[in-house]
Amino acid sequence: MVLIEPKLRIEHATKTYATKTGHVRALEDFSIDVDEGELVCILGPSGCGKTTLLWALSGLHALTSGRILLDGTPVEGPRPAEIGVIFQEANLLPWRNLRQNIEFPFEIKKRRVDTARVDALLHDTGLEGFERSMPRELSGGMQQRASIVRALAQNPGVLLMDEPFGALDAFTRDEMNLLLMRLWSESGKTIVFVTHNISEAIFLADRVVVMTPRPGRLAHVYEIDLARPRTVEMTFEPGFIELVQDMKRTVETGGRAVLEVE
Amino acid sequence: MTRVPSELRDEIPSFDTKVAGDRGPIDWTGLTSFRTAKSALEIGSIVALFAVVFFGLELVLRWTNTPTYVFPKPIAVVRTLANEFTGVYAHHLWVTMYEFLSGYAIGSAVGLLLAALITQKPFAEKVIAPYVLIMVTTPMIAFVPFLRLKMGFGSWPLIIAVALAAGPMVMINSATGFRRTDLAKIALARSYGASTLQIFRKIRFPLALPMIIVGFMVGSIFGLLTAVGGEMVAASEAGGLGERLVYYSSLARMDEFGAVILIIAALGVSIYVLFYFVGKRWASWEA
Repeated sequence: MVLIEPKLRIEHATKTYATKTGHVRALEDFSIDVDEGELVCILGPSGCGKTTLLWALSGLHALTSGRILLDGTPVEGPRPAEIGVIFQEANLLPWRNLRQNIEFPFEIKKRRVDTARVDALLHDTGLEGFERSMPRELSGGMQQRASIVRALAQNPGVLLMDEPFGALDAFTRDEMNLLLMRLWSESGKTIVFVTHNISEAIFLADRVVVMTPRPGRLAHVYEIDLARPRTVEMTFEPGFIELVQDMKRTVETGGRAVLEVE
Repeated sequence: MTRVPSELRDEIPSFDTKVAGDRGPIDWTGLTSFRTAKSALEIGSIVALFAVVFFGLELVLRWTNTPTYVFPKPIAVVRTLANEFTGVYAHHLWVTMYEFLSGYAIGSAVGLLLAALITQKPFAEKVIAPYVLIMVTTPMIAFVPFLRLKMGFGSWPLIIAVALAAGPMVMINSATGFRRTDLAKIALARSYGASTLQIFRKIRFPLALPMIIVGFMVGSIFGLLTAVGGEMVAASEAGGLGERLVYYSSLARMDEFGAVILIIAALGVSIYVLFYFVGKRWASWEA
């Protein structure tokens, strides 16, 4: 039997924050593996430690205990060559225009801007002609597309996305989800996508990992066998809606109901 | 392997959405209404109002036969200014500008540097804060006679007074700017492997820049005030615009007095307009 090492391995991740009112346990004994090229959605209610988990994955936070392995080596700090992070809302720098925002990581890394790649991505995401616009002149969807281009221009193997479309309206969100899936299927990247939106999670993911409310623990993992390429129409089918309802129960009960059924 | 960025380590990730994108606390368009005056009617009205006040004053003063030592006539003041600018006033303008610019450069540089340093250490900030407050609220003109006594009749006493007046203003405003840390933007830069210096240069400084510019503007106004006021209290041998004000008023030479007032007013307005354009160029993203 050939053992294929997972791209990302999270082992017993636990994170406790020291706050003024005492310790807050945000994440408790959380373990999953993510395979290369997989799109995994992490689903949970607000404040369940999803962002904490993502920041730990990106090396922005140290875990209190447990560890995270990327390609077999522990993540102990930012890994800019291998990981790209896409943040809540677009997180563009408001004093830079779109082009300068996309070139920001190149500046930080002191590398020459890969103009051909940036241009291709701008074309691909329909941002051509807006290079000189300031972030506040762009719509929410365009800002988030710019932040995706900013991350993809670095060509990281892993994309970590922290509720990137949470602030967008439903129509723009669908559009962004379709764009993301297209970019993902073309690039074969490993994506960990954090969301509190159940249908978004099912729509995008190969696997949906449901977390419990604080402290964030693993409640259940759903394999999503929806055919690809996926369309928005699929989200209206009975099977999809059943899955949404089932997942909603899991989120509400913190996984206990599912465990009882099994 | 890089370490986990320390400033992000033990706080629950939160996102200050106010800083991103939308209008910030400073509205540069409010600095001067001239730029916002769009139509010819608006601009025409501004000019017309000036003409009404200027010539109206002239007419009233003529009709009432007011002597010059009571109130100078506007036309005579402008004529005096035009005739004697290169001969008399240019020298005094230069003296005041020299004191103002030297003191301002020293004060604002030190103020900016201190603001950048102390905001890195909350403890240092707490210790220094009351002293900065005292410096901001104490009129530095009060020290000019003392400095004059200690340092003689050169320009240094006034340069120091201007620096002491402008520096704390630059400092408190810049410190406010540097305190505006946006965790999400720092996290963004860190995720691309940014160093602490890069975070400062590419995130913290641009984020603070609008407030720094406000600090420089307020500081320059306080600096000019202190330069002119200090000259009125105890000028150097070279004179200066403030010294001229005292001299002309003591001799009741009100045309010349008025001309000096016009120069000082023009100086103040120029500084204001300068910072308006600086703000538009470097901090328009917040307006």
